[in-house]
Amino acid sequence: MRGKRLQQIRTIADLESLRESILQKRDSGKTVIRTCISTGCRAKKSVKIIDGLRNEIRKHGLQDQVEIKKTGCHGFCEMGPILVVEPENIFYCRVKPEDDVDIVSKTIIDGNFIKRLQWKDPGTREHTKYERTLPVYIKQKKDISFNCGKIDPTDIEDYIASGGYSALGKALATMTPAEVVETVVASGLRGRGGGGFPTGIKWRICSAAPGDIKYIIANGDEGDPGAFMDRSLMEGDPHSIIEGMIIGAFAIGARQGFIYVRQEYPIAIEHLSIAIQQAEEYGLLGKDILGAGLDFTIKIDRGAGAFVCGEETALIISIEGRSGTPRPRPPYPAIEGLWGKPTVLNNVETLGNITKILSKGADWYSNIGTDNSKGTKIFSLVGKVRNTGLVEVEMGTTLREIIFGIGGGIRKGKRFKAVQTGGPSGGCIPISKIDMPVDYDSLRDAGAIMGSGGMIVMDESSCMVDLARYFIHFLLFESCGKCIPCREGLKQMHHILTNICEGLGERGDIETLTELGRFMTTTSLCGLGGTASNPVLSTIRYFRDEYDAHIYNKKCRAGVCKNLFEYYIDEELCNGCTLCKVKCPEKAITGKKKKPHMIDPQKCIKCGICYSLCKLEAIRVR
Amino acid sequence: MKVPIIVDGLRVEIDQGTPIINAARKAGVFIPTLCYHEALKPYGSCRLCMVEVVHDKQRRLVTSCNFPAEGGMEVFTDTSRVRQIRRMIVELLLARCPEVLMIRTMAKQMGIESSMFKKREANECILCGLCVRFCEEVVGVSAIGLANRGIDREVATPFKVASDVCIGCGACTYICPTGCIEMVPDEKTPRLRRMKMGNLTLVPCTNNYQCESCPREENFLAEMKNVITEFRSTYRRFTEKK
Amino acid sequence: MKIEKIDSILKKHEYRHSEIIGIMQDVQGIENYLPEGTLRYISEKLELSLTRIFDIVTFYKAFSLVPRGRHMIKVCCGTACHLGGAMQNLDRIKRTLHVREGETTEDRMFSLETVNCLGTCALAPVIQIGEDYHDAVIPGKIDNILAAYSAGHERQEVATD
Repeated sequence: MRGKRLQQIRTIADLESLRESILQKRDSGKTVIRTCISTGCRAKKSVKIIDGLRNEIRKHGLQDQVEIKKTGCHGFCEMGPILVVEPENIFYCRVKPEDDVDIVSKTIIDGNFIKRLQWKDPGTREHTKYERTLPVYIKQKKDISFNCGKIDPTDIEDYIASGGYSALGKALATMTPAEVVETVVASGLRGRGGGGFPTGIKWRICSAAPGDIKYIIANGDEGDPGAFMDRSLMEGDPHSIIEGMIIGAFAIGARQGFIYVRQEYPIAIEHLSIAIQQAEEYGLLGKDILGAGLDFTIKIDRGAGAFVCGEETALIISIEGRSGTPRPRPPYPAIEGLWGKPTVLNNVETLGNITKILSKGADWYSNIGTDNSKGTKIFSLVGKVRNTGLVEVEMGTTLREIIFGIGGGIRKGKRFKAVQTGGPSGGCIPISKIDMPVDYDSLRDAGAIMGSGGMIVMDESSCMVDLARYFIHFLLFESCGKCIPCREGLKQMHHILTNICEGLGERGDIETLTELGRFMTTTSLCGLGGTASNPVLSTIRYFRDEYDAHIYNKKCRAGVCKNLFEYYIDEELCNGCTLCKVKCPEKAITGKKKKPHMIDPQKCIKCGICYSLCKLEAIRVR
Repeated sequence: MKVPIIVDGLRVEIDQGTPIINAARKAGVFIPTLCYHEALKPYGSCRLCMVEVVHDKQRRLVTSCNFPAEGGMEVFTDTSRVRQIRRMIVELLLARCPEVLMIRTMAKQMGIESSMFKKREANECILCGLCVRFCEEVVGVSAIGLANRGIDREVATPFKVASDVCIGCGACTYICPTGCIEMVPDEKTPRLRRMKMGNLTLVPCTNNYQCESCPREENFLAEMKNVITEFRSTYRRFTEKK
Repeated sequence: MKIEKIDSILKKHEYRHSEIIGIMQDVQGIENYLPEGTLRYISEKLELSLTRIFDIVTFYKAFSLVPRGRHMIKVCCGTACHLGGAMQNLDRIKRTLHVREGETTEDRMFSLETVNCLGTCALAPVIQIGEDYHDAVIPGKIDNILAAYSAGHERQEVATD
């Protein structure tokens, strides 16, 4: 890390000349190895791989010719750790520390491809050589996540070299705060955190609210299970969020900003802290930013593990140092927010859009997407889909394109059943709606919500009743417990759903769930309670037959609800390898070597060990 | 600024921005609530005070305890939608606190014999937060608070041991709508009494609950008594209404 | 915990009431839990009601009032992990270690916790032990993973896949 800069950026001319000098210093012919150090790849030892590469490079005396760049998330997390060799754009995935030797000697020195590290299409078995030709990437439109995986998130100069802070320069030099607000209004940008409220309108209300002290908060409390685009953005391109916040602060007249990050994301916190510190050193945060008379500082607040703190009033109360229970609105935070002052609260992905809108214009932005949903959206595509990871697509892309086109379809040749969007506040969308263009309105009409953009794909082995029970169980302990509809309603819902999953469901249960769910939607205090019943209502709407099978036939065809199915061994498929017999903790499996085995249903506790271990899929559910 | 609003067909002049619940009271319409008190900030937890509001041609459901009344607003406190919501809340509360007299009375008034919900508990506290907020906002000692979250949310003293800051004013016992905080004599020192809520013990009063001669804060306590009396009479008016 | 250490944390946060969550995170970062005495001391120093502190400690999942084990096992129960069989993994861990969620083994080796989402959904189902992430965990592998830790292996040597 470089030392403290003595020469700060004081004017826009300073910024441009710095950008020039960084670009001039660059040697375009130099070999650069881009390696992801985000949570996903780091979990698979990408840091160790980098150390190994460094060693190898040193061993060959190539320190001056080869640069290793630690980047954020490339999006294709399942295939991590991911490594790209520039300028050739060679793409390697599932790299292991022991591959370091080969990468340096074969690829860097000899210029050859290493076939075993290339991405292989599971269908066509074709190998992909370059990042730019990777099918998963070609079909995406990477605007907001463009820098993730490309730049070093811990180096402000890399961000500046890629055009960073020029949107801020443009806003400060050529626009008034009101013009910035109106540009964002005209762009049609809607909040990426859940509600989808128009960002520009929020800014307009806040900037018009009386008072000298105002705040802007970036919501990085990504609590939705199954969503991680905010983490990826904070880890991979923290300066874009900071730049978006400074522009927002200029627009509404705030001098202090907060980034609220959940503590489960230590790397996001680290990268944001470094980014803020560097921005301060370069004079992009602090007093008189770019000579435009704007004073602005940012502080990071760590969440302490509460899903409800993603709700705006709860998040504000949490920053004030209390337990995060939402308070009734009105007054809305834009009028009376943090410490009673007008406050704008934007999701980090929303802020990531701001720089693009400012630099390319509202017209450019509003041409992307559908009538009421503009721009692109990052989804985290996970679950039973082949290519899991982050995908960024234009609003209005169909589910089919996302799940089958980019996601490559369902794993292990199973059948697609449903996709869950929006986390615990969202809903399940069945196969009949697979050609639906995805935007805020279509998702809402289908009984789900955009939420933060989690997309969990389910196949025939997923039980929809269990999924509903899962979300309600999640919310039982994540609701703040303040208002009666949410707290007591969830409790009763959970009781009913648990009964159904245990085979104790009764006639009338579905009707009670529906009535209670609608009641919770209209009467709960905050957004969490208001959407809490969505997983239940949407699964009842599309998968009522599964509820019926659980209640009346006492069967869980997916093999999830333990009381409603049993495991058996398909004699045709079992080759008698004895693995299941050895591993069964209850000694419920019998059989001779190389002869089909049997499960004793009396002894079986349905722990799933045999089911998970059998390579031949001879263990079945009935 | 005085502005006119209409509550259940009755026209009344109120200050712009008054919470609907207070504006309605001025018109003689009592909206039921279990967590609102004029002396405290709106909390919005019981949702019993929800009403339908028509304003600028928009019809919406709002909680009357925090929603400010504005000129030209029309408020409906007794529509079928509102009644349905109240009924559901009482059904849920009855499942939570089947033994609490106040809730049973409310249920009876609505013609509910027993809750439609099967999970029954034996709670006495509805977590309206009145005691906690009164202790913090009016008394200013914060002897009791809330703890945990979700379905585990509860009223508790720090570390669930007797509070060492409780002044024994008894406000919590007065303000509790379900009567689950009681004052009981201290077994060891008969002159003293304790506030108890289940296993929760607060520290005893040192003046044998002779609030009138309390050396602590005479004026304050007198004022507080008025507030409490007001609250209780309001509440009684609601239960006696039907 | 030494008084001076607490004081320095309080000083770092400028004795602000609004910083209470950050203060407790810092204390827990050193102590691995929040001792009652420390909280009482903080309450006194900040002149902040103990009720509010107790509310916060019990409200946020990150805080613990009891000491925790050497290895913190976090079973991710996010949606992707749930669909991948997180519950069966959790069951297996509970059976092997004889603890429930939120508990610590008798030998203080492991503490078991569930978390909502670690944000590594592409690797589901995920279990985090200490700072190591174990991806695509299946019930059949649990005992081996745990054994590696109780045998006192160094972090780097524990096979992650």
